[in-house]
Amino acid sequence: MNSVLEHTDGTDSGLKRFLATLSGVDKVGVEARAAMLGTRSIKTTSKAWAIDTAISMVDLTTLEGADTPGKVRALCEKAIRPDPTDSTVPSVGAVCVYNDLVKIARTHLDDNNGARIPVAAVTTAFPSGRATMAVKIRDTHDALDAGATEIDMVIDRGAFLAGRYGEVFEEIRAIKAICKDRAHLKVILETGELVTYDNVKKASFLAMMAGADFIKTSTGKVTPAATPPVVLTMLEAVRDYYEMTGIRIGVKAAGGIRTTKDAIKQLVLVNETVGSEWLSPTLFRIGASALLNDLLLQRMKMRTGHYASANYVTVD
Amino acid sequence: MEFTYAAAPESRSVVDIAPSYKLFINGDWVAGKGGTFPTINPATEEVLSKVTQGSASDIDRAVKAARNAYTKIWSKLPAKERGKYLFRIARILQERAREFAVLETLNNGKPIRESRDVDIPLAAAHFFYHAGWADKLDYAGVGKSPKPYGVVGQIIPWNFPLLMLAWKIAPALATGNTVVLKPAETTPLTALLFAEVCQQADLPDGVVNIVTGDGRTGAALVNHPGIDKIAFTGSTEVGKIIARAIAGTEKKATLELGGKAANIIYDDAAIDQAVEGIINGIFFNQGHVCCAGSRLLVQESVYGTVLDKLQERMAKIRVGDPMDKNTDLGAINSAAQLAKIKELTSAGDSEGATRWSSPCELPEKGFWFAPTIFTGVTESHRIAREEIFGPVLSVLTFRTPAEAIEKANATPYGLSAGIWSEKSSKILWTAQNLRAGVIWSNTFNKFDPASPFGGYKESGWGREGGRHGLHGYLLTTQKSHSQKGGK
Repeated sequence: MNSVLEHTDGTDSGLKRFLATLSGVDKVGVEARAAMLGTRSIKTTSKAWAIDTAISMVDLTTLEGADTPGKVRALCEKAIRPDPTDSTVPSVGAVCVYNDLVKIARTHLDDNNGARIPVAAVTTAFPSGRATMAVKIRDTHDALDAGATEIDMVIDRGAFLAGRYGEVFEEIRAIKAICKDRAHLKVILETGELVTYDNVKKASFLAMMAGADFIKTSTGKVTPAATPPVVLTMLEAVRDYYEMTGIRIGVKAAGGIRTTKDAIKQLVLVNETVGSEWLSPTLFRIGASALLNDLLLQRMKMRTGHYASANYVTVD
Repeated sequence: MEFTYAAAPESRSVVDIAPSYKLFINGDWVAGKGGTFPTINPATEEVLSKVTQGSASDIDRAVKAARNAYTKIWSKLPAKERGKYLFRIARILQERAREFAVLETLNNGKPIRESRDVDIPLAAAHFFYHAGWADKLDYAGVGKSPKPYGVVGQIIPWNFPLLMLAWKIAPALATGNTVVLKPAETTPLTALLFAEVCQQADLPDGVVNIVTGDGRTGAALVNHPGIDKIAFTGSTEVGKIIARAIAGTEKKATLELGGKAANIIYDDAAIDQAVEGIINGIFFNQGHVCCAGSRLLVQESVYGTVLDKLQERMAKIRVGDPMDKNTDLGAINSAAQLAKIKELTSAGDSEGATRWSSPCELPEKGFWFAPTIFTGVTESHRIAREEIFGPVLSVLTFRTPAEAIEKANATPYGLSAGIWSEKSSKILWTAQNLRAGVIWSNTFNKFDPASPFGGYKESGWGREGGRHGLHGYLLTTQKSHSQKGGK
């Protein structure tokens, strides 16, 4: 149990009391700060560095009802060698799939020099989180048994918005207990449904206190998702939590990050809020699918001096 | 891994600086009688150009041109036609925004991000706003058919050269006055470029005259008998000299002077945004801001948290080449201003306050001062009382809202103040009790042409901007027939 938890007994009222001690988030102010950081001009060598760093942080994701083994295998190939023509391109941070496809992903990665790439599974009745605890636990066990080493769980937003913080807290603790040393736990707040920055901050602390290794913005199924001010709010929470406990919690920005420019803005937010320790796939991830191709096109452009058409990156 | 930002310099090629500049009088460039002096880039000490030291006879020539333009052209023009000129100027400023931003940064030392995103857009906005007023002055609140004064002498500071020009010229022209403007000695270049804009807009000759020079030129303007009104922005010291100079004359004046604003952080503030507000309050434009939040008043119960976060944030301020798009804090505008900052901060040391500066590297050439805070400051310290006009923050504490008010108001100034709290009733109570002309809640250094700006006490006379700002350039109908130039 970490030291922040000494301030609360884990009950609704105890958690409410603790969360009320956190200072609020001023909407205008946090949006202005994020917008200002969005004006940073990242060029030449720093752009090249940022592109490769962003690639290494991508959780390459497919979360569609139409997903098939073939689609997942193609995704895994791309995760290992994002650009088949250029071996200097780093592999991505992880592959993220629904839990019935974890085994296919894991096997394909292991068989193709991708053993170092973790497979993340979305669980706990992703994306809505509307299921009984028994189902959520079983969901997570399935994913772990299939070889997932990262679990992206969703919180019960209904419980959070109704003020049943204890319930949210206990759910995260229960999933964390299953993950133990087997998997990293990323807790999805679904900020688009929490709506206010105050809620984002409270949910961030709730998740961190309950044992999240990462806090993640969104499922990708709700908009808005990983907007710069939301990510900034979460990074500030992570920074404050580190000040309080000495524990570094990761952040995953997922949803709506489609261009290299968007991704670089995220890295700037990290750099100027929590600092360079977080500029690593162990502490910052970007959940995305289309983003990777734009990063690759921009990378080619930097190398060759001209833009290639989208035909020069693989379809996925 | 370290994420270092490669140099991202804005291109200088958009500006074309002449080797020397004459004076802009009666729509034309005329040689002055007072010789020339160099104007530099304070970030590099490079000489950018030579400008003219306007003499008393040059001022006389400019005032006569302005009077002539007023009598023969400008006062006879239908109001909506005046508005069209202002709209035209506003649009040209927008079209040439990049050129103005680069030139402003070169001559002033402020970061290109600020000249690009704040100074120039706001200057254009001032012209747009006042263009709309030109034919609606009956509704300005000074009676029906208010009249202009006539010829207005305007003296502006070096901290926001073009923006202060806009604050002065836009309302003066909209209300039907003509202008002789003296830009600051160290930052004349954007005013001279603005003269080109007047030509480009086909503004009638003599409506705007720009005479460069130092304090002697300003004194000649203030003391010229043909001036109906003086509008001055600058130090309280010079403001008092102007007030004495015009005493007993028919001249009117608006004065926008110094400040030592309190920025009050209550314990229930949104702390991260309050810290951003502190940074923006004192480090925006190198602290060369009359309304800067230079006295931080923090409630004791959050003092430790605020100070830790503030120092951590200050360490991230990017100090250096103002032309780099990622620079947050640029150069101090002049050697003289740097000397003044050093003198006052030394006084802070010797009076027992504790100095902490951001661990940044400063360029060797040019005038630089690292972002600095003083803690352990008491009310009696000079750094808590005198305007430093640099990137230096004095940190004081308070225990109760009443104590915050008492300390915030304990100054001869009263220009601005900031309040940070998530509790709106407390914000309103605090605002009601602060003696300051501009009060920001949960923000700082926000400007809008529709919002009147000006100070209580020794921070000045009158307001600029908004409907209130028009009053400084208009005579009420009843009085207008007894006033010179009001016919």
